[in-house]
Amino acid sequence: MAKKIALLQGNEACAHGALYAGCNFFGGYPITPSTEVAEVMSGELPKVGGKFIQMEDEIGAMASIIGASLAGSKALTATSGPGVSLKQELIGYACIAEVPCVIINVMRGGPSTGMPTGPGQSDVMQARWGTHGDHAAIALCPSSCQEIFSETVRAFNLAEKYRMPVQVLFDEIVGHMRERIVFPEPGELEVIDRTAPSVPPEQYKPFDTSFGDVPPLAAFGSDYRFHVTGLNKAEDGFPTTKAELVDAEERRQIRKVEGAEARADIELNEEYMTEDAEVVIFAYGSTARSARYAVNELREQGIKAGLFRPITLWPFPEKRVAELGEQVKAMVVAEMNLGQMVFEVERIVKNTCKLGLVTRVDGDPLTPTQIIDQVKEVL
Amino acid sequence: MAYDYEKSIRPGKLPHIWCPGCGHGIVMKGLIRAMDTCGLEKNNTAIVSGIGCASRMPGYLDFNTLHTAHGRAAAFATGVKMAKPEMTVICCGGDGDGAAIGGNHFIHACRRNIDMTYVLLNNYIYGMTGGQFSSSTPPGHLASTTPYGNPDPAFDLAKLAIGAGATFVARTTAFHATQIDKLIVEGIKHKGMAVIEILDDCPTTYGRRNKFRSVVDMMKRLKDIAVPVTAAAKMTPEQLEGKTLTGVLHKEDRPEYCENYAKIIARVQGA
Amino acid sequence: MAERYELRFSGAGGQGLITAGIILAEAASIIEGRHAVQSQSYGPEARGGASKSEVIIGEAPIDYPKATIVDACLAMTQEAADKYAVGIKKGGVLLVDSDFVKNPPQGDYKIYSLPIMRTAKVDVGREIVANVIALGAMIALTDVVKRESGEQAVLAKVPEAFKDLNKKAYSLGFDKMKEVLAG
Ligand SMILES: Cc1ncc(C[n+]2csc(CCOP(=O)(O)OP(=O)(O)O)c2C)c(N)n1
Ligand code: SF4
Ligand SMILES: [Mg+2]
Repeated sequence: MAKKIALLQGNEACAHGALYAGCNFFGGYPITPSTEVAEVMSGELPKVGGKFIQMEDEIGAMASIIGASLAGSKALTATSGPGVSLKQELIGYACIAEVPCVIINVMRGGPSTGMPTGPGQSDVMQARWGTHGDHAAIALCPSSCQEIFSETVRAFNLAEKYRMPVQVLFDEIVGHMRERIVFPEPGELEVIDRTAPSVPPEQYKPFDTSFGDVPPLAAFGSDYRFHVTGLNKAEDGFPTTKAELVDAEERRQIRKVEGAEARADIELNEEYMTEDAEVVIFAYGSTARSARYAVNELREQGIKAGLFRPITLWPFPEKRVAELGEQVKAMVVAEMNLGQMVFEVERIVKNTCKLGLVTRVDGDPLTPTQIIDQVKEVL
Repeated sequence: MAYDYEKSIRPGKLPHIWCPGCGHGIVMKGLIRAMDTCGLEKNNTAIVSGIGCASRMPGYLDFNTLHTAHGRAAAFATGVKMAKPEMTVICCGGDGDGAAIGGNHFIHACRRNIDMTYVLLNNYIYGMTGGQFSSSTPPGHLASTTPYGNPDPAFDLAKLAIGAGATFVARTTAFHATQIDKLIVEGIKHKGMAVIEILDDCPTTYGRRNKFRSVVDMMKRLKDIAVPVTAAAKMTPEQLEGKTLTGVLHKEDRPEYCENYAKIIARVQGA
Repeated sequence: MAERYELRFSGAGGQGLITAGIILAEAASIIEGRHAVQSQSYGPEARGGASKSEVIIGEAPIDYPKATIVDACLAMTQEAADKYAVGIKKGGVLLVDSDFVKNPPQGDYKIYSLPIMRTAKVDVGREIVANVIALGAMIALTDVVKRESGEQAVLAKVPEAFKDLNKKAYSLGFDKMKEVLAG
């Protein structure tokens, strides 16, 4: 049978990706340019017996998905920068309580209401450092409609596998444009569900690390009964202030994402013509599309340019960026903000190569020409 | 024979954190008896709270328990209930938690008429943070942030719940211990959003600053201000001055949120 | 650089030009299996006033998703023409509604005109199909997709009861444009 093909907006593709991943709960609050995700979910979820709720605000939306996830659902919310800001306290909660859930951020300009219908990439640091406290973060950044579908599936997989909130960031351009989507057949993309406890209920501890850095998670309303809190907790889930326990838990929660093995599993990059590149453009999301155009153009002009596109923004692809820094004469970061990821790149490449930055925040996308000009200037 | 609370308490989790004379313990005992009377199955019950002294309650109770963030209990609970409507969901928490920072979630849970029982412990103060005034501190009273007397008017929490659409609203006090379980039982059995406001005391941060010399004084006040709705009907406005109505204040039947959503699913899937 | 063909449909909000863009993108990417990206104006613009929808079609995946230099532009109103008939390529084409765009912006491109709204009203009897007439005309003008692909995409988009009406509208737009081209 031929695969289902459709011309879909990025936001619609996101909703379909979530459904493919088995999402059965959506709690949201409308905000441009993300609203189509909620609109599609409100129509599709009841068809598969799932639940959609429009909450009273983004805080409530975030709370509802954590609650639903603890009751065993695969839960999603979608919003834009200001909404993520409202969710931040509870994103911290989901980090410490280790509750799988997926947060979509369709980025606009800003701060505040900014340019609701214009694109931006100014929430990439918010995705890393927006909430309080020490914590690891996973954030993915697709750049096409098909990739929004598959990265939304991957976001659910990572959330379930690592028991934590995962953010997917794309900007208004990809969120609203339409491209052909080939729907993967069931089973074609991997779908991961959280590890359920294997011990009998009376032995279950929700943060039992004898199973590794990611403890199995039971569901409310099953044979297992447990306590969840936002306080620092011991293995049994109950609050503790014992110094060594608090320290060990905090470190484990970072290690489960930033440990070498986890990094290798979570990180995903695309490289285009980097093998012999003398200059590499570091770009992500829709900006990477302009950058690819720029690479082709630069190559035609005899400049050995390449593109490094992190699809996983967090954890940051430290190893590969460091290697490229050693290889190239210059790296040019292109982003639709006034310079955010460039600080990460700078931290990693240090002085191994020259570093350029091209930015744009006026509501129009960065054009290939702007990137080309910056590459030439840096070289 | 004395009532056995142990069977509902998590082994090893006591002593609780509450101060001597705090009303929260009395309410917890009432909640335990009420859940027992209703025959709630532990695995099929979730108790959700926010942050505050009152919100520490779930940690002691041997059920599925969710101690969330300040003010968010009703919203977390909405997610749990929507995901598993077959579960009994109970919220508990303080006046600051439920009606100030969490007021928006609270009123919208009432409006939706989602099937949960919200036990609102109103001790007129932010106890946990040391006695700052809350949205239910009476005007003129002293709190750590109202050194010249509280300039703010106070919420009538039961009225707020009724106005927002809760379909069962009742009130009692920590002094009226046996009425606590009676009303919570009615709340649990009610299909829809049930709010039980329990006037409570915080000797440590509220009583101390205001003219209550002892816990007994505070309890006496709760006893004095409470007037059952039935009795109030025969009283003059002058007699009711400074009093608070107790008992079942409001009860109506209105479609419940999860049932409504289940109908949507059935309709969509049938089509 | 990869071959790309850029089209812009502009007019008043509510004239269905976004849909026209979507249908064209479907014709190219779903029916003909090529690559296409469709984007549109959002926000206040999309609610009345002038609105636009852009389609980029190519044989390889489209990288930069917005118009760089427009090969073909449609303007249904004067306001849309003034605002959006810009950045048209040297040797490109601009199609305007002859009744509503009295002063098409001049440039290094060819300007064509057709009474699109009037055709919808008089020949089909429904103003609502103006966008489909425009689509037929743009396809005839540019040959960016096959005539049949456009028609198939139109018919896939409309409810059974409106298929004949839309088929007629599409053909009218296509044929009238070809007549103009034949001079
Ligand atoms: C976001 C946030 N703001 C403020 C606090 C600090 N805080 C913790 S408990 C509390 C007040 C609790 O008062 P109430 O809900 O009435 O409960 P009580 O302690 O009186 O039982 C406050 C303000 C917090 N934990 N989180
Ligand atoms: S501070 Fe007040 S509310 Fe908190 S435990 Fe002590 S008496 Fe109870
Ligand atoms: Mg209080």
